[in-house]
Amino acid sequence: MPETKPTETTMSETMTGAEMVIRALTDQGVDTLFGYPGGAVLPIYDAMYQQNFVHHVLVRHEQGAVHAAEGYSRSSGKVGCVLVTSGPGATNAVTGLTDALLDSIPIVCITGQVPTHLIGSDAFQECDTVGITRSCTKHNYLVKKIEDLPRVLHEAFYVATHGRPGPVVVDIPKDIQFASGIYKGPENSAHKSYQPRVDGDMAKIAAAVELMRSAKRPVFYTGGGVINAGPKASAALKELARLTGFPVTSTLMGLGAYPANDPQWLGMLGMHGTYEANMAMHGCDVMINIGARFDDRITGRLDGFSPNSAKIHVDIDPSSINKNVHIDIGIVGDAGHVLEAMLKLWKDKAKGAKPGLDAWWKQIDQWRARKSLSFKTSPNVIKPQQVVQRLYALTRGRDTYITTEVGQHQMWAAQHFHFDEPNRWMTSGGLGTMGYGLPAAIGVQMAHPNALVVDIAGEASILMNMQEMSTAAQYRLPVKVCILNNGYMGMVRQWQELLHGGRYSESYTAALPDFVKLAEAYHGKGIRCDDPDKLDAALLEMIEHPGPVILDCIVSAEENCFPMIPSGKAHNEMILPDTAEDIGSVIDAKGKMLV
Amino acid sequence: MKSHYNDPTGPQIVERRTLCVLVDNEPGVLARIAGLFSGRGYNIESLTVTETEHESHLSRLTVITSGTPAVIEQIKAQLERLVPVHRVIDLTMTGQSIERELALVKVAGSGEHRMEALRLAAAFGARTVDATLSSFVFELTGTSDDVERFIKLMAAIGLVEVSRTGVAAIARGAEGM
Repeated sequence: MPETKPTETTMSETMTGAEMVIRALTDQGVDTLFGYPGGAVLPIYDAMYQQNFVHHVLVRHEQGAVHAAEGYSRSSGKVGCVLVTSGPGATNAVTGLTDALLDSIPIVCITGQVPTHLIGSDAFQECDTVGITRSCTKHNYLVKKIEDLPRVLHEAFYVATHGRPGPVVVDIPKDIQFASGIYKGPENSAHKSYQPRVDGDMAKIAAAVELMRSAKRPVFYTGGGVINAGPKASAALKELARLTGFPVTSTLMGLGAYPANDPQWLGMLGMHGTYEANMAMHGCDVMINIGARFDDRITGRLDGFSPNSAKIHVDIDPSSINKNVHIDIGIVGDAGHVLEAMLKLWKDKAKGAKPGLDAWWKQIDQWRARKSLSFKTSPNVIKPQQVVQRLYALTRGRDTYITTEVGQHQMWAAQHFHFDEPNRWMTSGGLGTMGYGLPAAIGVQMAHPNALVVDIAGEASILMNMQEMSTAAQYRLPVKVCILNNGYMGMVRQWQELLHGGRYSESYTAALPDFVKLAEAYHGKGIRCDDPDKLDAALLEMIEHPGPVILDCIVSAEENCFPMIPSGKAHNEMILPDTAEDIGSVIDAKGKMLV
Repeated sequence: MKSHYNDPTGPQIVERRTLCVLVDNEPGVLARIAGLFSGRGYNIESLTVTETEHESHLSRLTVITSGTPAVIEQIKAQLERLVPVHRVIDLTMTGQSIERELALVKVAGSGEHRMEALRLAAAFGARTVDATLSSFVFELTGTSDDVERFIKLMAAIGLVEVSRTGVAAIARGAEGM
């Protein structure tokens, strides 16, 4: 994360707590705030009304506020800021906060609280916000004295952005917002003891580079940590890959850190990753994990995970190292710093020479030849993968950002939309939050007003935060929602097909709204397309319309998302699209227990 | 809860460890630590806490936990990533340490039972801190094993109730934490 810009003003001024909130946001360089007013934050909204620095975006549900802040943050590298009221305002924000925690997004969420003398009395719109959010934030604060408020506000930004980023809640009782005190600026706002390590241990980095030099079958396995470390980390990764000649794969969260148009790119790995990426992970002799965390979607069955490799793991969070997988060289540090140190050592010692990897690349090319992302098109019905492929093709040369909801469409987007730059891809990875994509797209559009922002959605997910179309309309944000409408909760249906004998319990939505009319009801444009021959025209109409659009693409109902590592299986036991007959029999009873 | 994917492949040795954790004494810090243990499915066998450095508002916790070596390493790493945690020391691994707890043990009875209770208390070095015509309260400081043995003996005599502090621990030698 970029360092917070120090403010020019160091003078201490007397002001109210509410004014301090706005002033602290301004001093932290915050110009956009996503929120929803209510009784316990009225003084802050009043202070905001009387200034022009911080622009407030009125969402339609507090969950949307946090997702919008996440989209804003992930696409811009800045902190996402949220302002909500006490009680239901805070509890509605919980899903977004948990999402930001699991995906390591820096968020500062300010919540109103009932006045201090009413805390604990079950007052109107009271809830134990710090208690409820303790386990879904990186850290949280209840400010009970006006003297603490300026320090806590600045510390919240420090904690959110230093070390592994995450959401921080500052709960401010209403009487503290009215109280008057002395404001102090963000100078020396570093936490007195929380000082995460950013530079890796040089001896370990040297050992890692030695191991990399001796590798015959290496692979870079990169994650969201590279994106969080900023564009310099992505550039260092690119250069290190170029110098070493090693193949690169990435998690869902890391897409874009390494350019997908590069020949060394293997595609995404994991449950719905490419055959070549997963087979390279399984067969490698040296694995270099940069900023990923061996999530269960990535590893599959742990005792069958990359059994013959020495593993290097670079992570800013020491608890990620050796959590799920035994690591041979664990390096605690910022991905960017460590990558640059590795780069320097590689240049010094190897004199830029690439090791002999011809046999390894030959093997990888054989895996690539399986074309694991292939699918059959049809003259009668649109295939969901086809929509993503065409959207990708038609948006080349445009300034495009993609968000998604959660499910099959999300995986198809990850597989078929290719990212050459970081911060272009916003998705809910760790928590898997349906309803993330539309508010996230609103946040992205706020950060990049002139860009093309597309939420690749499913018809089920989009309904979870549909109300945010109203926000898009209010602020004239031209977000595009491209629904891959198969009538089902597609991923639930797929698992029911594979694991539960095709008994589609409650995964079919019988009374969907008319999305065209719905778009129009929200002052947007609605388009429907069910003809493969008219798909390009519909996508172009969506892309070129200057306002918000919902494109309802009716796609084949029972398409499955492949390739797939079935539950309880290892990387080399993938199901490929051409061998995907009777998959139910592949998964054993133990596998069916897994999620 | 460990991931469903993480089936243990061999016999897992569960170890008992004593951790000292230095934290900012701020509201909610104990809930944060306790919540971490319950949320991630770790064991707490004993936990004691109070402010030990008043000027810098630092509290010292002694936590006794158990788990496989990998789980213990996770517990330490997870504790260390909490913002108010300054330091985590594994006393079991850093050499010799002293562990003590204090117990208040209430015993009721008459006649020979009273005499026997006093004899046993003397044998254990327990102080008598309350006495009535039909009861005693003994204060015993010692290792958890000492306390267990004392309570077991008192149960045969007329144990009414026990209050224990949990373990406080410190490393031997001149070095500080």
